[in-house]
Amino acid sequence: MPFLEIDAVRKNYGPHEVLKGIDLSVERHQVVTLIGASGSGKSTLLRCVNALEDIDGGEIRLDGDPVSGPGTDVNRLRRDVGMVFQSFNLFPHMSVLKNVCLAPVKIGGVPKAAAEEKAMALLSRVGLADKAGAHPDRLSGGQQQRVAIVRALAMEPQALLLDEITSALDPELVAEVLNIVRELADDGMTMLLATHEMGFAREVSSKVCFLHQGVLLEEGPPEQIFGDPKEERTRAFLRRIIEAGRL
Amino acid sequence: MSSGTAVRPADKQHEARPAAAPRPCRLLAAAGLAGVLLTAALTVATGAGAHGALVGTPWGGGTTWALTAAATAGVLVLLWPALGAWRAAAASAGAWSAGRAADARREAAKSRESAWTSLGWCLAAGTVLGLVWFLLANDRAVQRTFLDGHVMSLSFADITNALGTNLFIAVVAQVLVMVWGLALALARLAPGRAGRPLRLLAVAYIDLFRAVPAIIIIYLVGFGLPLAEVPVLSDLSPTWFAIIALTLTYGAYVAEVYRAGIDGVHAGQTAAARSLGLSHGATLRYVVVPQAGRRVVPPLLNDFISLQKDTALVNVIGTIDAFNQSKIFAANHFNLSSVTVVAVLFIVMTIPQARLVDHLVARDARARAKGA
Ligand SMILES: Nc1ncnc2c1ncn2[C@@H]1O[C@H](COP(=O)(O)OP(=O)(O)OP(=O)(O)O)[C@@H](O)[C@H]1O
Ligand SMILES: [Mg+2]
Repeated sequence: MPFLEIDAVRKNYGPHEVLKGIDLSVERHQVVTLIGASGSGKSTLLRCVNALEDIDGGEIRLDGDPVSGPGTDVNRLRRDVGMVFQSFNLFPHMSVLKNVCLAPVKIGGVPKAAAEEKAMALLSRVGLADKAGAHPDRLSGGQQQRVAIVRALAMEPQALLLDEITSALDPELVAEVLNIVRELADDGMTMLLATHEMGFAREVSSKVCFLHQGVLLEEGPPEQIFGDPKEERTRAFLRRIIEAGRL
Repeated sequence: MSSGTAVRPADKQHEARPAAAPRPCRLLAAAGLAGVLLTAALTVATGAGAHGALVGTPWGGGTTWALTAAATAGVLVLLWPALGAWRAAAASAGAWSAGRAADARREAAKSRESAWTSLGWCLAAGTVLGLVWFLLANDRAVQRTFLDGHVMSLSFADITNALGTNLFIAVVAQVLVMVWGLALALARLAPGRAGRPLRLLAVAYIDLFRAVPAIIIIYLVGFGLPLAEVPVLSDLSPTWFAIIALTLTYGAYVAEVYRAGIDGVHAGQTAAARSLGLSHGATLRYVVVPQAGRRVVPPLLNDFISLQKDTALVNVIGTIDAFNQSKIFAANHFNLSSVTVVAVLFIVMTIPQARLVDHLVARDARARAKGA
């Protein structure tokens, strides 16, 4: 059974249908990548999976258990599925360490000392142990995004949703963040991510999905999607990406 | 390269751009000088008038003349910028005819700046002189009514004591308002379908209490509660009625201040907190409200300043606050100088707080400009 199943999910903003029946499954330890033009619905899909948006049709299942619609314990779901955003969204009034420990201590019931020890271990892993006491505004964008990843990992989620986590970064900071995602993938973390970094998507993905105006037009292994796309619109999209020098 | 007047051989296609002339400054400099001299003359005239009105009082005679001399000397200091403006205007004209256009413009700018400086101070001095004339008019009728030294010193101690009541009401009400306002703001932000009744209730309360003038709420609470004979509540002192009334009114204002602060926290903060598994309440408590707190402080202090002033409204229910105390003196002496004392006390209390708010607002603006 797939770990995450997205089954005919629809989402409207008023009269505007943003997701028009998306079917997608993610197996454990898979990295599934969403690509597609701006406005195609990548962020919306990720937010729906995390229940930050209510869906208007279909169903989302985690380990076969429906996690959409009434009666869902969204807080429980979010503990199992972490999310990292394009704009980091670190809490500016807390130190890095507090950012990381907030959820484990207040929600997870982890004793403070244990949570801090764990947080320090995770921060060391991303090379930021020395920044534990600093506030987010003292950190570069790349450092902030690494902290945001650590913050999500601190709840020991079974899967991560990553929404264009390098789009807000200066080019020279992209690599330090992508390296961490690569390591997580190697460690077997289940991930569903949206990205415009096609080279990275090609390298790290188990499966690539092309989204076009709220429809999942094509999915397949990265070699096939990037090397031999079946759909004309996928080809047109990749052509534009190549012209922009991003592949 | 260019040696002053030297001009390149005229080129039919590209004539040299003529140097821009300095802005006119001569007339303005003359006006500045005239203004200072006129103001000095008016100061002397005012001093003479004051001397006439004050003979026989401790302020008359030598004191008046000394003050007049000092004031006139102060006005004459303005000759410094005024003369500077005149000199700069002359320098500008000289430089222009010598072909040094940039120097001419620089001197002209200096001249205008100095002239406006002296004229601006003359306006300020003129306003003060006008005020003095107003006080002296009609054989010092205005001064006797509002600034009678005898009544002021007589009433000062009692009024200052009574001001303690105002302060007590203000401080207790401020503490209660902070709590009550936050409760209202959170009720207004109650989530989901189940939160709707709470939201409606909060909106209705806030609309109502912002619409009704504070003085009417004080009146209703202060006279209504005792009449209604509600247990416990009716037995409170008028001071506590005032505290309750002001808390009810200002709670509504402060709820809106909090709500604006909470709305001002970026939506991404809520999304991040929720995605970590924090509930709506935990998100507000640990993430949103602490961030709203800082930006809420200046408008909150503003509301507190007006709350302090509105403590004077409690005189309608007979609480002996500073204003009521001063009215007793005013009635006994048929003179409003004791009320002036209250006004001055409120000014002394309020201005430092107003400056503090300015300081906090400026600090926030700087922090935001830094891109925090
Ligand atoms: N809160 C909202 N209200 C109304 N419309 C929205 C909202 N959020 C997104 N949309 C619309 O939904 C569509 C999909 O947006 P979405 O953010 O999912 O696209 P995306 O694929 O993530 O694009 P990008 O690559 O620019 O991030 C867009 O047309 C957008 O305008
Ligand atoms: Mg997006």
